[in-house]
Amino acid sequence: MSLTSTATKQQVVKEAEEKKTMVVDSKNAASLVSELRGTFSTGKTRSYEWRTTQIKNIIKLVEERESDIFEALRSDLSKPELESFVSEISMTKASCKTMLKELKHWMKPEPAKTKLTTFPSSAEIVSEPLGVVLVISAWNYPVLLSLDPVIGAIAAGNAVVLKPSEVAPATSSLLAKLLPEYVDKSAIRVVEGAVAETTALLEQRWDKILYTGNGKVGRIVMAAAAKHLTPVVLELGGKNPVVVDSNVNLKVAVRRIIAGKWGCNNGQACISPDYIITTKSFAPQLIDALKSTLEEFYGKDPLQSKDLSRIVNSSHFQRLAQLLDDDKVSGKIVHGGQRDEKRIKIAPTLLLDVPHNSLIMKEEIFGPLLLIITVDKVEDSFVIINSRSKPLAAYLFTNDKALEKKFVDSISAGGMLINDTCLHLAVHTLPFGGVGESGMGSYHGKFSFDTFSHKKAVLYRSFGGDASARYPPYTLKKQRVLRALLNGDIIGLILTLIGWPRK
Amino acid sequence: MDLVHLEDNMEELRECFRSRKTKSAAWRRDQLEGLMRLLKEKESEIFKALKEDLGKPPAEAYRDEVGVVRKSLNLALSCLDDWMAPKKVHVPRIGFPTTGELVPEPLGVVLILACWNFPFTLALDPLIGAIAAGNAAVLKPSELAPVTSSLLAEYIPTYLDNKAVKVFQGGSPVAERLLEMKWDKIFFTGSPRVGRIIMSAAAKHLTPVTLELGGKCPAVLDHLPNHRDGEVAIRRLVNGKWGPCYGQACVAIDYLLVEEKHASATINHLKDWITKFYGDRPLETNSISRIVNKSHFKRLRNLVQDPTVAASIVHGGHMDEDNLFIEPTILLNPPSESEIMTEEIFGPFLPIITLKKIEDSIEFVNSKPRALAMYVFTKNENFQKRVIAETSSGSVTFNDAIIQFLCDTLPFGGIGESGFGRYHGKFSFDTFSHEKAVLRRSFLIELSFGSPPWSDYKLQFLRAAYNFDYIQVFLMLLGLKRK
Repeated sequence: MSLTSTATKQQVVKEAEEKKTMVVDSKNAASLVSELRGTFSTGKTRSYEWRTTQIKNIIKLVEERESDIFEALRSDLSKPELESFVSEISMTKASCKTMLKELKHWMKPEPAKTKLTTFPSSAEIVSEPLGVVLVISAWNYPVLLSLDPVIGAIAAGNAVVLKPSEVAPATSSLLAKLLPEYVDKSAIRVVEGAVAETTALLEQRWDKILYTGNGKVGRIVMAAAAKHLTPVVLELGGKNPVVVDSNVNLKVAVRRIIAGKWGCNNGQACISPDYIITTKSFAPQLIDALKSTLEEFYGKDPLQSKDLSRIVNSSHFQRLAQLLDDDKVSGKIVHGGQRDEKRIKIAPTLLLDVPHNSLIMKEEIFGPLLLIITVDKVEDSFVIINSRSKPLAAYLFTNDKALEKKFVDSISAGGMLINDTCLHLAVHTLPFGGVGESGMGSYHGKFSFDTFSHKKAVLYRSFGGDASARYPPYTLKKQRVLRALLNGDIIGLILTLIGWPRK
Repeated sequence: MDLVHLEDNMEELRECFRSRKTKSAAWRRDQLEGLMRLLKEKESEIFKALKEDLGKPPAEAYRDEVGVVRKSLNLALSCLDDWMAPKKVHVPRIGFPTTGELVPEPLGVVLILACWNFPFTLALDPLIGAIAAGNAAVLKPSELAPVTSSLLAEYIPTYLDNKAVKVFQGGSPVAERLLEMKWDKIFFTGSPRVGRIIMSAAAKHLTPVTLELGGKCPAVLDHLPNHRDGEVAIRRLVNGKWGPCYGQACVAIDYLLVEEKHASATINHLKDWITKFYGDRPLETNSISRIVNKSHFKRLRNLVQDPTVAASIVHGGHMDEDNLFIEPTILLNPPSESEIMTEEIFGPFLPIITLKKIEDSIEFVNSKPRALAMYVFTKNENFQKRVIAETSSGSVTFNDAIIQFLCDTLPFGGIGESGFGRYHGKFSFDTFSHEKAVLRRSFLIELSFGSPPWSDYKLQFLRAAYNFDYIQVFLMLLGLKRK
């Protein structure tokens, strides 16, 4: 995935003029940020009422404009309506509802315990907005990955700029048009564009940047942020492994794998299974079950199925075609492989035991190709997974509790799911984010609120109880008092104060 | 440890981490206990090193260094099991039987870059967090505190597992080499300028960073009608300025804001207590640290070269280059564009800025980059509320200074130019951990309607259902029965 766009600058300018939206360059990016800082400094975005009003309006947006959203997603991705409904609209609303339900509680300061060392005192942690934040979204869930972080930013009381992905241009356009109609545009703005516009935005000083996308651009974002000491959340990807043990309910397991792979934007999702590892003996059964369930879901000619997203654009289509055409790999296709270049579609494809040094084994697939790697014993899969960079998600299907425990203990990933795929995304009490190459930071639910907040430590001290031991000149007795205080040692303190000799 | 074998050392650290040795609670406990023994057995050497590097008096060396590290070790040892335990999370009821939990796991091999002013604390406090979280670690102490750096390089390998915890000594060239390597986390304490360099280097490897930087920490002194309170406040102000490493601390008071009409009384009280604390020859009476080196001495001297700044000195100002000593110095309303008012002072100069009314301090503070800490001396609760709501800083302490550093239940870290990320107490453990989300589903309960081929009927059903709970819907789709 790259930031390149097929539109030229002229086209972008022309379109923007037609829409009367701003074409962003360094100069007006700076004034945009300045304007939002002005809004933020009025304190308007801090109030509970402002935050909840914006979030309620986002619910209205997705409800009232649902058919426009479906249309945009169809245009950009040929996303089946049901997928659009569940994974984009529904998830966005769920996120809003969680915020509305919990925000009052989250906004309250958290009391913190204090000890003898600072006695008498009381302490609390106060959540405050960071200021003006930037959300850079991705193309595969262009509504969810734009609005979900924006909702978090708003819930935490920030002003926010959203840069939707230009690789999903219809959705980008739609968001640019709709958001100003529904939310407070003095504090929440959409900037469309590609590399040049994103670069102009990244030159500015933000109080936080949340980026969803790939590792190459993630590095660029972090390097730009470094110039301003801006903290970042990078939601990246990786090769998500699925380990399948032989003692599972195969029918259920296979349905869940298929739902997580091809049911999620036809494999173009950061949490989609990328490769399966199973035993040599179990593989034939697994492959048969996959084949028959794939046929059940998508019919004999999946290229005709309306229930699969297409590949987003020709450039990605070529990328995936090349992975399949690789000499080392083309002979390993055991199911599927059909393509339609005109309609940019590729059928669900299974490949068995591709060589470890093939490109398809090295890079994140992000498409409808699923690899199956076989091992002698299922535990051997852990070595394979640990030899690669940490993925965003790791999945295990098993009924063996000991294997499950070993999996959780020895494999590091952003998140893990046992006996299912992708679902953890929807559980808002779990942080969603990567580790290592799959990213840093997390969001969803309260984690969104926290990620866009500064947790300010507040300590209240009284004027009483001022131990002279703190102050110079430093006598031996004072030093003993200090020691006792720091060690939280009440007895030692009393003894010192009453002059009990110390060994 | 020299750089020639850096790659080999890195490989050894990675191998050690891969072997899962550092993951065990027993190993972590061992290391922490090893550090505790180091503190106990080598305390007088540590005091000596701090005296040589910074002229730190033993009381300061204990209060700000050995005592702090000991407190952190005690906490980590007593809380380790609790910190390491997975935490269950609530999963929507419709998801039954599904369970969720958060499992903390180490990041891998981490790099800690310490600063010179609290060379012991700023090396070991983060290290305690890294070890408690189960990581392997490399520590680069500051070369500007060479004796402490040497001490750490000598004893860490003997008291700790030297395959998992290593010390590299040296200045910028060493730091640059280390930054070329791929780390799983970098923890840096120092200046914003270097913070930017660290983060840029980290970006190449997508390494998360914690940057503990500095800034101009303001103190605000409201009128305190009770005479005794006023005295306590002054003592705490003096201690908050010249106490921590003689003003060379990220949390030291940088400048003081006070109402015009109370300015001269305040200055007089400050003078009194400065004399009471430090006497006439503070270096000789072992009450203060010295200026760390000639380069910083010159930097500080430059801050008061400008005649308009020098003219604003109302107390002190005497400088002794040979002994690297500058008298506790108070300035009254130096020009606002002067460097002493725009740059972090990190030394024994205290500018006092007068205001018409104390509430104006909020606007003043907001006109500067956000500080690591803010200290407000007031009993006016409304003013306290306004400070919290209308200013932003790493932390706010009311009616005292510096002491928030000791409160382990409060996160310690900055915002904006003063940094990001935090540590102390459990926050140290968290900062060196990855909180892994784990969701477990059972094979029971599967719903066949929730799969393609999609039909209008299925969509209709969902629409009817979705008005109640969207998470339920999503879960239903992936195969759970709805009650």
